[in-house]
Amino acid sequence: MSAVTTDTSAEKIASAKARQARITGAVLIGLSLVVLFLLDVAAGQVATFKLSRPRDVWVAPDLVVPGAFNTVAAALLAFLGVRQFLRGGGRWTSLSLGIGIALVIVAFLVWATAGKSFSLSGMLQATMVRAVPIALGGLAGVLSERVAVVNIAIEGMLLAGAFTGALMGSLLGGWGGLVMAVLVGGMFGMMLAALVVTFRMDQIIAGVVINLFVLGLTSYVTSQVFAHNRHLNNAEIFRSWKIPILGDIPVIGPMLFNQNLFVYGALILVGVTTYYLFHTKGGLRARAVGEHPRAADTLGIDVYFTRYLHVTLAGMVAGFGGAWFTLGSVGRFDENMTGGRGFIGLAAMIFGRWHPVGALSAALIFGFADSLQQKLALLNTPIPSEFLAMAPYIATIIVVAGLIGRARPPAADGKPYVKE
Amino acid sequence: MTDGKDLQKVNEDMRKLLARAAFGRGNFEDLFVVPVFAVVAALVLGALIMLATGVDLPTIGRSFVALAVGSAGSLNAVSETLTAAIPLVLAGLGLGLGFRAGLFNIGAEGQLLLGGTAAVVFTFSFPSLPFPILMLFGLLTGALVGAAYASIAGILKATTGAHEVITTIMLNLISIRLLEYILRQPYIQREGRADPVSKSVPDAGQLPRLLDWLDPNLRLHAGVFLMLLAVAFVWWLLFRSKIGFAFRASGANPDAARYAGMRSGLVIVAAMATAGALAGLAGAAQVQGVLGRASPGFSAQMGFDAIALALLGRSHPVGILFAGILFGGLEAGGRQMQVDAGVSIDLISIIQALIIVFIAAPLLVRAIFPWGFRKITKGGKA
Repeated sequence: MSAVTTDTSAEKIASAKARQARITGAVLIGLSLVVLFLLDVAAGQVATFKLSRPRDVWVAPDLVVPGAFNTVAAALLAFLGVRQFLRGGGRWTSLSLGIGIALVIVAFLVWATAGKSFSLSGMLQATMVRAVPIALGGLAGVLSERVAVVNIAIEGMLLAGAFTGALMGSLLGGWGGLVMAVLVGGMFGMMLAALVVTFRMDQIIAGVVINLFVLGLTSYVTSQVFAHNRHLNNAEIFRSWKIPILGDIPVIGPMLFNQNLFVYGALILVGVTTYYLFHTKGGLRARAVGEHPRAADTLGIDVYFTRYLHVTLAGMVAGFGGAWFTLGSVGRFDENMTGGRGFIGLAAMIFGRWHPVGALSAALIFGFADSLQQKLALLNTPIPSEFLAMAPYIATIIVVAGLIGRARPPAADGKPYVKE
Repeated sequence: MTDGKDLQKVNEDMRKLLARAAFGRGNFEDLFVVPVFAVVAALVLGALIMLATGVDLPTIGRSFVALAVGSAGSLNAVSETLTAAIPLVLAGLGLGLGFRAGLFNIGAEGQLLLGGTAAVVFTFSFPSLPFPILMLFGLLTGALVGAAYASIAGILKATTGAHEVITTIMLNLISIRLLEYILRQPYIQREGRADPVSKSVPDAGQLPRLLDWLDPNLRLHAGVFLMLLAVAFVWWLLFRSKIGFAFRASGANPDAARYAGMRSGLVIVAAMATAGALAGLAGAAQVQGVLGRASPGFSAQMGFDAIALALLGRSHPVGILFAGILFGGLEAGGRQMQVDAGVSIDLISIIQALIIVFIAAPLLVRAIFPWGFRKITKGGKA
């Protein structure tokens, strides 16, 4: 804490790093055993991944992976794990873990597809689509937690965006619905800011309350008004826009360049937010408010205004993400249709270590698990799909607990600030 | 290591803590005025929302009458109110206890789901056991499973510092998937059903109905005694036992509690486990007393309503009991309202959410109703 203890805390950090490297090593070796014994593919079997559809402009050949890949993957994992034990630490820890997880996922796919064929490009396209609301929820979390406001209300903001998108989209058309969804999301963001900044309500309680309120209000209007007025809940949806040439590239084309507005919007927002937070004056000030509000205040930054602004922006991002549920897919609102996606967004934010790109990557992993879960039934694997659906949550707990790499929130996260 | 200054601070903190443990007259506002204002304001806002959605004035009048009649207007209404209150109060007691210990347990929903499911599985696995034993063991199983599930978050917090809000949210999401999986297992799924529904609790495992000799439709069950017992137990635990003092001390000032020799890790795990046991008991009481089986989402958001309840009841066992009866009444009255006035029961969740806003932000209530309160002395408690 104080200057006297600096030496010991430096030692502590060093020993914690060594411990982390050892744990990572143990996990990698464990994964290697899993791949070797549980994901063992019979000799001679191959897994066929389809990279394009027959009618695509550029048809890529199918990717045929021999079953022996898994043995190689297990060996690589074991090598990475042992390496962690012998000379772990430093940035190699996260990198090895990243490579390790990627290897396990590929090995899993090879094992599940062995002797069958499987459309990889369709799967990746679905991954991207499913990742969008999670990524936008995570981005909303990043924006508000970077100014030290814990945002449990993302779920409610998504739901509000979905509801407004359906209602206003039916009345004003798709674009009008989208704009209103963003505005209503921002309104709930501002409401959260008012509750926690001005009225100094506990941030978690405020979030829980907004979730309950939005769920109650949208369910009430759905059963009270929409049930008798179907035309109010029938919005036109945004179809996918294929970007010429880029959209025809195998695998990447359908995933990134043949999607609807929401996918492009999410990718652009992640880029813009990253630039804003880490390369502009405003972003630096926002982060200062999140790390040490007293110091920021002393330097003349208006802490309250900064918090209001960013939590409102977070609400707008979540409102946009919410509109995906209605305007981006079915055009119709159903009670509680976000189904916990906001909480998964929160998990993505933590998993991505409070960084927009991290949140997007985590959202892609979660989206992948989600679409894989749908495909598992088709592939006839013995693993129950529910366990795969649980995997992202378990992974988040592991990250929060710091078992593999500590995720550090902004220093002032969750603490109200009272001006002196 | 502790120098004189630290010790002085500890003493001061301890004194503050002791002052907080006994309610003074100054707390009258916080304990009664704010909750009453909150309920009234929420009902008024509820009426405004009905107006905004095109419900005409006479219907609004009729729905409030139905709300009153459906919650307290007849023997059946009272029975329904109490029946709805039982699981809410049980889970709310656990959450209130957590709040007192400085733990924000959002995971009551998951603990309740798994506890209830465990109770169902236990009771139909031993159908040969006689009546009170099977019933009691079922409740016990529910409590133990709830405690175990909550302990995961407690142990993680105690050993690694993982924030319990995040871990309990994740455990909630995991419990939903786990339940879907469990309910499809051949041993547990009801014969001849394709959807995930468990087998039924045998008669000997059910909490007996108390008033069915008057009218077979009265659903009030013996869980009501369980609820009262739990209120008394939690009151004793918090305010008369040593571990309860440790809970409250850790919640009020973790540093002071640690200096005073309390083992913070143990306190966290014990508080989470007790909270989880109460949530699991709530689940068990609901399946053994009302539902008779487990299905996905049988908790019906009770774990979240219980958070509201604990806040409304000021984390005091008796307060939670009254808050639970209020919420139970809203639930039962809401059903009547839907039938009589055709107003959707979802209005009740809006009213509940508004109540918590007003309760948890006393500064907001003071801003809306400036009269009726003394001048705020310093800052106000947020």
